[in-house]
Order: sequence, then structure tokens, then C-alpha cells
Amino acid sequence: MMDITSFFTDYTLRTITLGTAVLGAICGMLGSFAVLRKQSLLGDAISHAALPGIALAFLFTGLKDSNVLLLGALVSGFIGTVWIRGIVTKTHLKTDTALGLILSLFFGFGELVLSYLKKQPDANQAGLDKYLFGQAATLVESDVNLMIIVTGISLVIMLLFWKEFKLLLFDKNYALTLGFNTRIIDGLISFFIVLAIVIGLQTVGVVLMSAMLLAPAAAARQWTNSLGVMVLLAAVFGAVAGVVGTGISASYNNLSTGPVIVLVASVFVGFSFVFSPSRGLLFKQIRLVRNRRDLHLKKTLQFMYSIVEKHDDISRPHAIRILNQFQGYSKGTLRQLEEKNWIEIKGDTWSLTTSGFHTAQNLYNNNVPQS
Amino acid sequence: MADKIAVAVDDLTVAYNYKPVLWDIDLSIPEGVLMAIVGPNGAGKSTLIKSILGIIDPIAGSVQIYDKPYHKQRHLVAYVPQKGSVDWDFPTTALDVVMMGTYGALGWIKRPGNKQKKQSLEALEKVGMLPFKNRQINQLSGGQQQRVFLARALVQNASIYFMDEPFQGVDATTEIAIINILKELRKAGKTVIVVHHDLQTVPEYFDWVTFLNVKHIATGPVKDIFNDDNLTKTYGINYKVAVQQ
Repeated sequence: MMDITSFFTDYTLRTITLGTAVLGAICGMLGSFAVLRKQSLLGDAISHAALPGIALAFLFTGLKDSNVLLLGALVSGFIGTVWIRGIVTKTHLKTDTALGLILSLFFGFGELVLSYLKKQPDANQAGLDKYLFGQAATLVESDVNLMIIVTGISLVIMLLFWKEFKLLLFDKNYALTLGFNTRIIDGLISFFIVLAIVIGLQTVGVVLMSAMLLAPAAAARQWTNSLGVMVLLAAVFGAVAGVVGTGISASYNNLSTGPVIVLVASVFVGFSFVFSPSRGLLFKQIRLVRNRRDLHLKKTLQFMYSIVEKHDDISRPHAIRILNQFQGYSKGTLRQLEEKNWIEIKGDTWSLTTSGFHTAQNLYNNNVPQS
Repeated sequence: MADKIAVAVDDLTVAYNYKPVLWDIDLSIPEGVLMAIVGPNGAGKSTLIKSILGIIDPIAGSVQIYDKPYHKQRHLVAYVPQKGSVDWDFPTTALDVVMMGTYGALGWIKRPGNKQKKQSLEALEKVGMLPFKNRQINQLSGGQQQRVFLARALVQNASIYFMDEPFQGVDATTEIAIINILKELRKAGKTVIVVHHDLQTVPEYFDWVTFLNVKHIATGPVKDIFNDDNLTKTYGINYKVAVQQ
């Protein structure tokens, strides 16, 4: 385990950490759009579709410069996206089929070219494998600068076209009738998602890239009902996952950074699914139990009311025994009703208070407007 | 009835894959009517509206809004899509959805400001949804969601309103509230065109009607053409079953 101070002083590590943080932020930001567009799997298909681009770029140029390879990835990722769209619009096939087809076709072709390169005698191709699962350790300053520039540009574009993006994501047909060219907006969003995927390939790799895109957005959706906050939160979650993931993998020698980042992001997702106050499973369950108990109480009160209502004097005591006919009652419910000051208990009799009587009277009238 | 033609559809044909959905539709809708489009399932009612609005590309035919092509007259047209066509779990508020009605007039990049917000609040008030302006849209009932959609169209301050089944899945109170707003729009000289399912309420709600079943069957004032003959042509001999539903 390495010294924690070196985490902040080590130049290489600082570069890598900054890189993964920026990558996490842009992926979270653009991933929100992918999730809301219900195109979660598109990211997976695109990242797999980028592999042949990398392999072919190397085959034709013989260069291992990451910018050249990523340009290849960008081109083939984009071809994959266009083909997916083409399949969906021109044939009867559904989106999931198109995604699956393009994903495996491109990935298979990419692997084919990679295996061909491996058989070549010059052995210069070593290291292309890192694009499969990513290798953050190979990040250098120029890579990180590229990430920062891309993130900056996509941030500006996003702020500029915020209104159009929101409209398109919520109601595409309506956007069309208002006179917006939805193809341009759609294309912009797709282009930036492809871009984010491509710049993440070196760090996280083809296979895990979609998790970088989806996990922060899925986690963020749990905590807010505002699009702006969701995008911001997703960016923060992504960045934190990047930093924490890099920290963990640097602390334990040779742990692969990409998978660790993805796992950290997944922990965010799990936590958010359980603990989010409005959408989380835990609070949903608590609310459910509380509502049940409340309903139980009200049913008992309602039953008491139906007895009391037959008498002129509402505060007349009745034997607790009567309640035995009614399944809902227990000692606990009686105590709670008394605590709420709806009933009074004397010995083995109970009587409704005025407040209890009125509550019971209006119990099921809440939904009817008082007019 | 007014002489001006608000919407003119000429030889419109639409097909999904091989099957024609609309066949050679000719239709003239005069200004200032409150018109129902009726027809059985799969008659192409929604498709007709969508192809008038340019959401679906027709194979043939043309659409004119006040004698000009639609894309030049967008600002005169407002659209209320089917409630089910969007994901109501989208992270946004009722007011925000209504504000979208102002986006068209704003154009690209420009952001809505106080003026647009005021217009949107007024529209929410008109549909009785002002108390819910900050409510998340997934926490609104079906009727409330429909009202929000209506408010979004009202904000557009258009001359012609197209509505795709605005009464679907709403309760009786909301239905009356909506129809009253539509009648007010007509009184203000607007043209309102509604895809409608409930044949029983046609005479009560609308003054014009279009019968559609892939082909155009008839268009005219309800009192003149809403009769057995046209109903049979549209729904077949068992149309009375449809009326009683």
C-alpha cells in the first residue's frame, strides 16, 4: 500500500487522477442524456463499435499515438451509430436487435484485426489490448488536456442548447412541430456521447465504457427531479468515482483502474437505489409500512364511529369487548388512538372524543373539493 | 360559418411500410370550428394530425395552413399530443413543461425569461393547475397531466389547435373543464381540431365533425352530417355498438 501523501505529490498519479475525474464528469453529464433518451445500451454498442477503428487506424498508419487511434475509434463509433439508426428506420428490427447486431459485428471485426496484428512479426502492436479494458496508467498530460478540451466544448454546447436538449428528450414530436430541427439536436447529443466514449476508451476500455456513462446518471436520477440537478449530480458522481477509483487502484499495486472506477460508480448506484429519500427502496418500504399502520388505525376509528353514530351522546363509553367483532383492533391501536386524543379509555370501556368523532367523520372526504 | 379555410388537405396519402394508413384525403376545415375527427381504431386519426403537422412524412399530397405551406405557418399552430406519447417520469415540473410552449416563438438558443414564465403561469391558471406549478410531473394524475399539456398548447397562443385524444383517461370533471376551454377558444375565433373517441358526446361538444376510416368519408357541421348513414360508412353496420360504449 502506498503512502497517501504521494497521492498528491506524485506527478504521474496526479495526471491520471485528473484525467479520470474529468472523464467521469463528462461521462456522467452526457450519460444523463443517454439514460433519459432511453438509449442506455447505445453507449455499449458505440464503445464496442470503436474497436475496429482503433485496430484499423494502427494497421494503416503503424502509429501508436493515442490521438490517431482515437480518431479511428471516433470514425468507426460514428459509423456504428449511423448503421444502428439505419437498421431501426429502414427495417422492421427493433432498437435492441440493431444494437446487439452492430455491437457484436463491430467488436468481432475489431478482434479479428487485432488478432491479425498480433501475428505480425514486428511486435510493435503490443499495447493495443489496453483498449479492451483500459489502462489509466498510460494517460499522459496531452491525453488529459484533450479530455479537458472535449469536456469544455461539450459543456458549452450543452449550456447553449439546454432548452433544445430538454425539449427533445421530453417530447420529440412536439419539438418538431415547434419548428426545431430534431435531427440536428439528436445528432449533437449522439455526437457528444460518441466523443465521450472515445476519449474514455484508453482509460476504461471498450468493454466497460457504457458503465461509466450509465452508472453516474442512474445514481443521480434517484436524488432529484430536476434535469439540471441530475446532470450536475451525475457529473459529480462520475468525477468522484474517477478519483476514488484511481486512488484505490494506486493504493493496491496493479489493480486495474478502469474496473475499479466502474465498481465505485456501481456502489453509488446501489447506495442511491436503496437510500434515496423519494425514490429509494428503503424509504419506499418505510412509507408503505407507515401507511399500512395508519390505515389500520383509521379503520379501527371508523368502526368505532359506526358504533357511536347510532347514539345521541357521542362521548358515551362502550365496552372494549365490542371491538372483538372487528378484526383490525389490538391493544397497540387503542393506545395509539388514545395518544392522538381521538378516544378516551376508562377501565374496559372506550369513548370517542369530539376530535376523534370529527376526524372519523371526515376520514374519507379528503379527495372531494369543499365547494 | 366563416368562409376562410384554416386547414386544407389535398390528396394526402400516408403508408407505414406497405399498408396505406391514409388514402387520398381531401379535407377543408373552415376557420373558427370546433371539430371532432372520429373513426374506428386504426382509421388513421392520429396519423392525419401528425402528417398535417409534419411529424410523419406523407407519400403524397400537401397541406396548407391559411393558404400557405405548413412550415411557413408554424406559429399559427399548436399541438397537444397523446398523453401517453411521453415519459412522465422525466425529471421536470408542471411549469417547466408549460414553458416548453414558448420555445417555438423563442427560437434556437434564446432562453425563456420572465415574460415567458408569466405567460406559462397564466396558462396554468386557465386550466386550473396553478397550485401544482412546481409539482413533479410524475406526481400528477392523468387528468392533471392532460391539463398541463393543454396549458402548454395555450401558451403558444396559436390560431389552430390540434389535439390528439385530450379526453383519454381523464375523469368527468376534467373532461368538462377541458371542453369548456376548447369552447372558449372557438369563441375567440380559433379553430380547434380534436381526435375523439366517444361518439355519444360529439353532438354536445363539437359543431363540426370529420368521419375518417383510412379514406375520408365526410366533413361538415354536426347537425347536417352526424347521421346513421355516415356512421355506418365509417364504423360498419354494427356502429351502434360503438355508440353505446
